[in-house]
Amino acid sequence: MYSYNDFDEAFVHSRVAQFRGQVERRIDGSLTEDEFKPLRLMNGLYLQLHAYMLRVAVPYGTLSVDQMRKLAYIADRWDKGYGHFTTRQNIQYNWPKLQDVPDMLEALADVGMHAIQTSGNTIRNVTADHFAGAAADEIEDPRAIAELLRQWSTDHPEFQFLPRKFKIAVTGAAHDRAVTKAHDIGLRMVRNDAGEPGFEVIVGGGLGRTPMVGKVLRDFLPKVDLLPYCEAIVSVYNLLGRRDNKYKARIKITVHENGLEKIQELVEERFATIRDGFSGHDQDLLAEIETAFAPPAFTTKSTDGYEAARLANPAFRSWTDTNLAAHKADGYAIVSISIKKHGATPGDATSDQMRVMADLAEQYSHGELRISHEQNVILPHVHKADLAKVYATLREADLATANIGLASDIIACPGMDYCALATARSIPIAQDIATRFDELKIEHEIGQLKIKISGCINACGHHHVGHIGILGLDRAGVENYQITLGGDGTETTTIGERAGPGFSADEIVPAIERLVTGYLGLRSDAEETFLQTYRRLGMEPFKAILYPAEDKANAA
Amino acid sequence: MPRTFTPKVVTANALLEGDAVWLTEANTWTRDISEAELMTDEAHADLRLLEAQSRADEIAGAYLADAKAGEAGPEPTHFRETFRTRGPSNYAHGKQVELS
Repeated sequence: MYSYNDFDEAFVHSRVAQFRGQVERRIDGSLTEDEFKPLRLMNGLYLQLHAYMLRVAVPYGTLSVDQMRKLAYIADRWDKGYGHFTTRQNIQYNWPKLQDVPDMLEALADVGMHAIQTSGNTIRNVTADHFAGAAADEIEDPRAIAELLRQWSTDHPEFQFLPRKFKIAVTGAAHDRAVTKAHDIGLRMVRNDAGEPGFEVIVGGGLGRTPMVGKVLRDFLPKVDLLPYCEAIVSVYNLLGRRDNKYKARIKITVHENGLEKIQELVEERFATIRDGFSGHDQDLLAEIETAFAPPAFTTKSTDGYEAARLANPAFRSWTDTNLAAHKADGYAIVSISIKKHGATPGDATSDQMRVMADLAEQYSHGELRISHEQNVILPHVHKADLAKVYATLREADLATANIGLASDIIACPGMDYCALATARSIPIAQDIATRFDELKIEHEIGQLKIKISGCINACGHHHVGHIGILGLDRAGVENYQITLGGDGTETTTIGERAGPGFSADEIVPAIERLVTGYLGLRSDAEETFLQTYRRLGMEPFKAILYPAEDKANAA
Repeated sequence: MPRTFTPKVVTANALLEGDAVWLTEANTWTRDISEAELMTDEAHADLRLLEAQSRADEIAGAYLADAKAGEAGPEPTHFRETFRTRGPSNYAHGKQVELS
């Protein structure tokens, strides 16, 4: 894992000192809110419905044991004993007091973390495949590139006032777990004909008010050109992107309005101009960073105990069926810890749970943890011989829910329970859906199903790419929930289609239940997933299930 | 005919805690909306908002929110403002526990 060098440390600590001064001047009244707001946003501090919210970057979703313990400490010392993991692999604290925030940032800086550029019209936290460095289907660990991008984008003088926020995601694997096609820049590692690794560069994807699937700007970009090429893209966007209309300011609109060819032409031109200026320094830096991401020393031991434990304990077997993924090293597995216990708030972990996960990482996962955009925590490198012990510890900490990828593994934004931008609540809907499927005991029968909920059009809950998406709106002063179907956030990214009129808060959970139980009657066999059935049959049969009365009226 | 003015309260977030506060007739900030000043005159409401906004070292983000007269005092009319009077629905945090 990358550790801060002297430069990083000095930079982050000096930013904390600056912000401490800014907070003091705000509290004594010498800065107005209008003056202070851009300063606090640059440091990840929002003002929400009930309190401030501090958004802390977890770069490319990777955490060390010490960092996770510090996050727990911060939750206890200055918040209400928990943290919320987000869809951009960040963690949010919902209850900080203004005067405490500089101390919180100082505590973060001590473990090589910060909240810089987690808000504002800048390049945000670079996200990555949460199985990076562990996945069996990976070409290379993408985190070295992500760290290079983090260093390049942090405080980049040209890109502090972009037309709008800018999000980059990177994956090193064939299967896209980082939603790269819904980012401003998506980087997908591929090999060229000579077998060399490089990147497919995707640009102009995004969700929100105007959802768009990213377009391929370059089929193959050699790794060595990555930084100047990304700089060329952001540079073109910085000049061309619209500043007259907030809703048309993202690069997806710039690409849409100008056309991919024009953007390609401008980017290539800019790239040709700036490429020589990089003169290899970035490659030296990358080589240095890559050594920090060298794989851990994997061990070889018997997995007989694991197989025996699976046979002996059905609950353990069920958990291993859903919560494990294939690891690149023999005898190892990737463990997804579900932060989605039925009825709990998606993505919320208590400080005690954070400490348990840190302890497990220290003992069984070569000291590493990951945060997924699906709001779960990953132990990336666990030997199968240790899985039964890991499971037993997780059970004691209420962290052993066996539901990864199932109906109750729901992404939900904070919604109107916390967010000042929200138009409706998300969390209670997620809680009720998960509770209902748990009561019905059918989620294992249903199989792979991604339900994603956003509490407003900005789509932090990724509803557009949920197999079932739910969007909470304010309809004439009442919470109302629209359903979209057929969305997909993987390498075959698709924007979901709106099913029809929305449902009230009371109607939405029965509607989802109807939809999912209806799917069980529509699928060709138990292997056909919800998304596959939807792709085979289209919207109509699902619509008939969702709006039964209307269906009868039309038939009459 | 002049359009009817929906009664308003001045609300904001407290500077240090960040939680919802409302302006009283006595020019203090209260954490209980029922103690707020309910304004039925538009010009008066606009003036009170300007006064509130000038108190930069006490609050942030002051605005006028729709309200109605209830038995105990002003009450919110929109669900967003109702949530602000009590806190989130997933935990017993915020005003729903702090005020009781």
